[in-house]
Amino acid sequence: MGTIVITTIVIALIGLIVGAGLVYSGKKFYVQVDEREAAVREVLPGNNCGACGFAGCDAMAAAIAKGEAPVNGCPVGGQPVATKVGAIMGVNADAVAKKVAFVKCKGSCDVTKNQGNYTGIMDCRSAVLAGINITDCDFGCVGLGSCVSVCPEHAIFVRNGVAVVNPVKCVGCGLCAKACPKGLIEIVPADKKVRVQCSNKDKGPVVKKVCSAGCIGCAICTRQCEFDAVHVENNIAHIDYEKCTQCGKCAEKCPAKVILPPEV
Amino acid sequence: MKSLILIIISGALINNVVLNQFLGICSFLGVSKQMKASASLGGAVIFVITIASAVANLLYDLVLEPFGLEFMKTIVFILVIAALVQIVEMFLKKNSPAIYKSLGIFLPLITTNCAVLGVALTNVQNGYNFIQSVLSGFGTAVGFTIAIVLLASIRSRIREKDLPEPLRGAPIVLISAALMSIAFMGFSGLNI
Repeated sequence: MGTIVITTIVIALIGLIVGAGLVYSGKKFYVQVDEREAAVREVLPGNNCGACGFAGCDAMAAAIAKGEAPVNGCPVGGQPVATKVGAIMGVNADAVAKKVAFVKCKGSCDVTKNQGNYTGIMDCRSAVLAGINITDCDFGCVGLGSCVSVCPEHAIFVRNGVAVVNPVKCVGCGLCAKACPKGLIEIVPADKKVRVQCSNKDKGPVVKKVCSAGCIGCAICTRQCEFDAVHVENNIAHIDYEKCTQCGKCAEKCPAKVILPPEV
Repeated sequence: MKSLILIIISGALINNVVLNQFLGICSFLGVSKQMKASASLGGAVIFVITIASAVANLLYDLVLEPFGLEFMKTIVFILVIAALVQIVEMFLKKNSPAIYKSLGIFLPLITTNCAVLGVALTNVQNGYNFIQSVLSGFGTAVGFTIAIVLLASIRSRIREKDLPEPLRGAPIVLISAALMSIAFMGFSGLNI
């Protein structure tokens, strides 16, 4: 009997002391949390992709609440999320353009040749590390799908030996761009449809030898453009999406048909 | 002095908490996907186990033994360790956000880790005094960190390999852990 009483008293006392200690330190070490931070975190998509440049949605919400990040800083959420965040923070959200990934290569099995049967690890990064090019082109898509395996939205897939992005599913997080060992994937504004679909920096004749759909750096597009938006650097055409008006004249005249027309 | 060093080595290698005593397996398997996270977890475990074994020892010597309540040690240790980790977490959050950011997310995970309780109980079983308990706790936690960092580096290499389909994921991790465990058995032959 005596043991039970002593045990109860001692354990209860320990429990009381511990509880009191918790309450005391809860008060003493209380950290002010900005309630707007929690509210902003609530409306962010929450897939922690890091495309905003912060270490996940929690860090982004903290930065927005402190005013260190713009309310439209989330490229995944786009305009709907920016409007909601703007309402919480009491500022007008400027229009934020939806961005999508774009594979700058057209080298499918029809236009470029396979070097042979690759039997190694089915991963682009492994193949490139081992110095193996699946196709003749040194710059083109390897086609083993490293981008496919990292995509959280299943928006990118390999079709006929070249990676293709589904722009409807793509949220523009940029994980595929980081995964691509050839650096072929670029995050571009979704409404700018005129894009150069090649990354080959070799001179024209070399490109022609390895791929029938490659940019030969002829600069006809530069001459066509009335807005000074297309330039050829390192034997490859670049489009300045800020200046481009989507007129499509460069795409019309491109001899290799490597610039996409506006309606596609 | 020699016996104190022996306690650390014994806790870290010979009686490795994960690979020889099979405690703390949950976080050992769960958080060993990435090297960085597992190293942070190891740091947090060292921190918590060292403090917990100190407090548990004081509690046992000053409260439980005088009242003759040794049989309640498991319950009391659970209670006190859980509260202690909570308080430490609050303290870190307020006073050093930098440490909180790197270790903080793991603290709630460790609160209920059986390795923490296991060390406290083993110390009592071995009749360690205060200094011996703290060192034994520290050594054990270092052993946990060694084990989890080793497994994380093995897993980061396995990920690149072309494994047979049935072995992918959990099976190969368990096989690796078992091989590590067998390797660590070699330490029991240490003649010290």
